[in-house]
Amino acid sequence: MQTPDLTAGNIETYLAEQSAKDMLRFITCGSVDDGKSTLIGRMLYESKLIFDDQLSALEADSKRGGTQNGNVDFALLVDGLAAEREQGITIDVAYRAFTTPKRKFIVADTPGHEQYTRNMATGASTADLAVLLVDATKGILTQTRRHAYIVTLLGIRQLVLAVNKMDLVDNDEATYRDIESEFLDFAREIGADSVTCIPMSALTGCNITEPGKEFPWYKGPCLLQHLETVDVTQNNDDQPARLPVQWVCRPDRTFRGFAGTLVSGTLKRGDRVKVLPSARESSISRIVVHGGDLDQAQAGQAIMVTLDDEIDASRGNVICAADAPVEVADQFEAQVLWMGDEPMLPGRPYMVKLGARTVPAKLAQPKYEVNVNTLEHTAAKTLELNQIGMCNISLDEPLPFTAYAENRDLGGFVIIDRISNATVGMGLINFALRRSSNIHWQALDINKGTRAATKNQQPSVLWFTGLSGSGKSTVANIVEKRLTAMGHHTYLLDGDNVRHGLNRDLGFTDADRVENIRRVAEVSKLMADSGLIVLVSFISPFRAERRMARDMLEQGEFIEVHVDTPLAVCEARDVKGLYAKARAGEIKNFTGIDSDYEAPENAEITINTAEKSPETTAGEIIDHLECTGRLKPA
Amino acid sequence: MTQAHRPSHLEQLEAESIHIMREVVAQCEKPVMLYSVGKDSAVMLHLAMKAFYPAKPPFPLLHVDTTWKFREMIEFRDQTAKQLDLDLIVHINEEGVRDGINPFTSGSARHTEVMKTEGLKQALDKYGFDAAFGGARRDEEKSRAKERIFSFRNAQHRWDPKTQRPEIWRAYNARINKGESMRVFPLSNWTELDIWQYIRAENIPIVPLYFAAPRPVVRRDNELIMVDDDRLLLHDGEQPATQMVRFRTLGCYPLTGATESSATTLEEIIAEMLVTTTSERAGRVIDHNQSSSMEKKKQEGYF
Repeated sequence: MQTPDLTAGNIETYLAEQSAKDMLRFITCGSVDDGKSTLIGRMLYESKLIFDDQLSALEADSKRGGTQNGNVDFALLVDGLAAEREQGITIDVAYRAFTTPKRKFIVADTPGHEQYTRNMATGASTADLAVLLVDATKGILTQTRRHAYIVTLLGIRQLVLAVNKMDLVDNDEATYRDIESEFLDFAREIGADSVTCIPMSALTGCNITEPGKEFPWYKGPCLLQHLETVDVTQNNDDQPARLPVQWVCRPDRTFRGFAGTLVSGTLKRGDRVKVLPSARESSISRIVVHGGDLDQAQAGQAIMVTLDDEIDASRGNVICAADAPVEVADQFEAQVLWMGDEPMLPGRPYMVKLGARTVPAKLAQPKYEVNVNTLEHTAAKTLELNQIGMCNISLDEPLPFTAYAENRDLGGFVIIDRISNATVGMGLINFALRRSSNIHWQALDINKGTRAATKNQQPSVLWFTGLSGSGKSTVANIVEKRLTAMGHHTYLLDGDNVRHGLNRDLGFTDADRVENIRRVAEVSKLMADSGLIVLVSFISPFRAERRMARDMLEQGEFIEVHVDTPLAVCEARDVKGLYAKARAGEIKNFTGIDSDYEAPENAEITINTAEKSPETTAGEIIDHLECTGRLKPA
Repeated sequence: MTQAHRPSHLEQLEAESIHIMREVVAQCEKPVMLYSVGKDSAVMLHLAMKAFYPAKPPFPLLHVDTTWKFREMIEFRDQTAKQLDLDLIVHINEEGVRDGINPFTSGSARHTEVMKTEGLKQALDKYGFDAAFGGARRDEEKSRAKERIFSFRNAQHRWDPKTQRPEIWRAYNARINKGESMRVFPLSNWTELDIWQYIRAENIPIVPLYFAAPRPVVRRDNELIMVDDDRLLLHDGEQPATQMVRFRTLGCYPLTGATESSATTLEEIIAEMLVTTTSERAGRVIDHNQSSSMEKKKQEGYF
């Protein structure tokens, strides 16, 4: 910061210039000891932002605990915690503000150690740009890749690769070019499209605030020049209007204001809006701010609106442009960065905060984990601290959302532990698993819990799968009779019966079989929602569709019963004479003959009717339900 | 301001602070705003008036009075609460008063610990507040630069810098268990210059002590200490002299150093600030004890 010539006359001009400046939020990241804190300390120092008393404290601290042999250790300016100064490392993110004649900056200095990745993500989540440091003597490291991956994942479009410590490699161009080209290859793979590479030395101050004479071969800007001029405007104004309701203001009976930050688009008085998830429509009546109403509000403003109609809207609802409402869903595919000390437990209830709503939610077993070094997708049963993976997540209630790529506020969620209330993960929504964009969920006063409670039972879906003739329907029939005798409310969906009605239009091709199961899964979900114990007796030959049915239901509700009777036994029984016809070629696509049966890998219950009587196996199923607590009252 | 335009950095900071305040009111059961009567508190209070308008801020103000604040601060405090028609809770650590704790014989560190930190914890416990707004800024001090906007405190009001919750996007997590609390800093990302610019732009009233005026002071331990009342016992040879001084920061008067200044307008204050070579906390006697003293105090429950 150059000290302006401040006489009484020109302070006004100075202040006018100050208030016209825009603001850039950036982070420094990269591996341990690549010089992040030193770089920030250097920038603050060069910008004359370090006061005399801070400098003398810094000099004293540098002698006592610095890593620069008693010379000024700039890292100590940002490593503000006692533990950090003791260990000479950065543990948590530090925020510093500085100003140049062109821009205001807030910089977050983030830790390089893998174990503190969650703190790095904290800094990155609010940044427009990332300065990724790399030590010229070491080149691209795993942490360099990890941080590049995370900042790109978080949607930071501008990336600066700061090749630091060039003085230690004699300012050698070839070393720089090797690092640059290796990184640009990696950047392409992760989809980071705007990368600027800059050689520098934070310790000597070379190419930071002024172009370094040490690199005659480098023609680009120095770091500060780049930061002052790079375009990071996010055109959120051009998006459709989205106002998540944070708080409802009711100072008296006549006023009902919906307060929130407009996260995208613009809102004008008179605009038609739709409130999600209820999908009720109205118009903007007033945009109320202290000191007079606004005619129009821009993305980023914290506003309060009133509507023309008496519409019920509460915290967590989203007021949208009527012609472009957000979607509403309760199941998503999302990229998850796990930040808890304890690993993620698929199926455990967590709380998820999405927009202004916090609801119970469950994560499914990850589809894969990302190896940030090789970018390979590997199978994973869970996510440990700092691991990134792709997961399905289901919420207890449908919420308005967008994809993260479209909007950070409505597409990013945090995962909260229900016991400690700690933030244990962050998720970025890719898409909803079941789209319901145009069919809005009607909130009903009587819900699943109420219905189940009046029946004094927990809803469950017993899904019998197995070959034709394996005994599914026989066993299901006995189980249903026993449950009814015990006072339970049930319904049995039988494959043959459903094909006479609801699925009359479907044949036996793979596509039709998938649709057959999808419909039955939806019906069983509705029945479970009505509080029933549903028995489904369908061949349902494909794992993917059984998995789909499982994912539709709440954790524990779906109980897969594999009726594992060998093909030879089924064929020998041939109750309906179908195997004979299939063998004779009269029936096509017959499961077990010319169409595959994919046996379950982790069925809750497996029975074999070739070895035991239907009554015995039915008894085993009832026992299982009792042991696992499914037959207890809701 | 009726026409929409591209938000300036002050407007961005304002929107962020308002968002934070609304989030606290929506998520927490019983919030309170720590009102220390200084310029940062003035800005914070002004933002609260804006955040909930046309309603009043749905929380009371709390002033932890060490009984050693400048008289003008107390006057300004009472007048502000009355003018804005807000609930003001003034809490004094009566045990401390009974024990005769004072900045002189008890020492600055003990005085601050008992009258400020202990007093604050007493007040938060007494009223059962689960969230308390504070006007601290990250540019004030290096351990503040490390603190989250939503800063979790355990049931003993302690800050644990090693286990801070990740704070992602604007998705602030204010969930706590019974007895735990949140300290929330809506001005985290503001700088001293931003505060002054905003006071000027929004015409926010501040305590007159920030402006230079002839005031009776003595020089003690290299600080100019104002003789605000007769409790300031003069050392041998000390003779109060009237000097043009002002304060960059306000605390307990015997612990707050004045600076010689002729700045009587906001513009002059800003101009002076821009050429100054010491940080604003340099005037705080209590911060100098050791280089991580703020972090230690914060761990013990200090704001």
